[in-house]
Amino acid sequence: MKYLILIHSNPKSRALWETLDDDQRYALGKGHMELTEALTESGELVVSEGLADLELAKRVSVRDGRTLTSDGPFAEVKEHLAGFYLVDVESYERAVEIAARTPDAATGAVEVRPVLDMSTWDL
Amino acid sequence: MRTPFEDLVRDLAPQVLGALVRRYGGFDTCEDAVQEALLAAAVQWPTKGVPDNPKGWLITVASRRRTELFRNESARRRREEVVAAQAVPEPEPPPAVDDTLTLLLLCCHPSLTGVSQVALTLRAVGGLSTAEIARALLVPESTVGQRISRAKQRIRADGAEFRLPPPEEFPDRVAAVLQVLYLIFNEGYTASSGTSLNRVDLTSEAIRLTRQLHDRLPNDGEVTGLLALMLLTDARRPARTLPDGALVPLAEQDRRRWDADAIAEGVELITRSLAETPVGPYQLQAAIAAVHDEAERAEDTDWQEVLGLYELLNAAAPGPMVTLNRVVAHAMVHGPLPALAHLAAAEADPALANHHRVHAVRAHLLDLAGDHESAKEHYLKAARTTLSQPEQRYLEARARSRPE
Repeated sequence: MKYLILIHSNPKSRALWETLDDDQRYALGKGHMELTEALTESGELVVSEGLADLELAKRVSVRDGRTLTSDGPFAEVKEHLAGFYLVDVESYERAVEIAARTPDAATGAVEVRPVLDMSTWDL
Repeated sequence: MRTPFEDLVRDLAPQVLGALVRRYGGFDTCEDAVQEALLAAAVQWPTKGVPDNPKGWLITVASRRRTELFRNESARRRREEVVAAQAVPEPEPPPAVDDTLTLLLLCCHPSLTGVSQVALTLRAVGGLSTAEIARALLVPESTVGQRISRAKQRIRADGAEFRLPPPEEFPDRVAAVLQVLYLIFNEGYTASSGTSLNRVDLTSEAIRLTRQLHDRLPNDGEVTGLLALMLLTDARRPARTLPDGALVPLAEQDRRRWDADAIAEGVELITRSLAETPVGPYQLQAAIAAVHDEAERAEDTDWQEVLGLYELLNAAAPGPMVTLNRVVAHAMVHGPLPALAHLAAAEADPALANHHRVHAVRAHLLDLAGDHESAKEHYLKAARTTLSQPEQRYLEARARSRPE
């Protein structure tokens, strides 16, 4: 079963980030690297990425066949996606266990979502 | 489409691997060598033609490759000042039983995780490449590669050997193989969404491997039961989805599109096995599938028979899905109201709390009872909680089509 582990950035997590010194910030990054390595090694990682700042985000829409974009950051957005892990694991419990190992779980901005699939269905 | 040439190579894969492991030992290195020989065959045979003795050809190429791999490995070991005592190959013992069975049992060794068992079985017994397995399972090649190498490490660390387990372990070990094959079969439903043409069809692959197992253990009722269950389920595949991927429930399928040959074979297998061997969960599930498949129209279904089989299955292998299916069969025999009471009781199982199938079954029963408004509400609840996209579409459509 695939699960997406979403790491959000919200006012609470950003406030916490501001209080961290360089060593603590480095430890946070290292925590993600170690988790990525462990999940690669266990054969559970599908893909994992950290996302660039919202400053570099673009919103895309198509109107009358024309593609329009607007540049971030978007003032109204309080919480945004900062990174994710897509894992393929044996159970929901295991996905939650992995989510708990992300350094960001300390700020409570981590979410686990089961991935929709074309599962067995017959009656 | 798979070519006859590919079938030949993949049928030979476990035999070649078995021959190599018996000759040299070291499952790990032999498996890598066989993979490379299969690759060489895939490159050379289509242009140069299939050799007169394809199995001998594969064994020769794989042996040569194994020697190279082994030399590299022992050179590395020597650098680390470890004596490669295993360098002398042991004399080849005569094969007491067929290697395919031994290989299946090794790949489904209980010390491995489920996902590793699946990957290793598909590669070592199925003869699929890591890339093909990755495409079939919709995960990156590196993920599958890692699962396979971890599984092999595990087998080495555990000292699991390439030989049949002792008789007292045999039934449990075969049960583990059946579970892996059934997992591969169910995984195949994902592939049937048809988004990619070059994906291996895991459903057919599971049937092929289960057939091989059945050839080796023809008197094992549960092996026969699983093969029958796969055939009887897969027979409905042509009618199970519309061209746009939408699901068609059993009651609404165009039964003329079912695969009559597969049904005939499945029914014959299950009938014989029920008469001759002790009954088990796979046989009961196959028997239920057979009752459905033999009904010419949905309304001809012998629900009394289905209900009786679910009672037996519930006694042999109880589980949340068995409970739910029994409730549905109960409704078809005794009407929706007593079944709704059964459903309420079943919901006490934590495994079924807020489960989409409970909502869907309740919606269906409410519909039968004439309470279309509540049915609609529960269809929508089921649509929100399912993880299957086609099922979500189906449930939303059901909710929309309720009579006012």
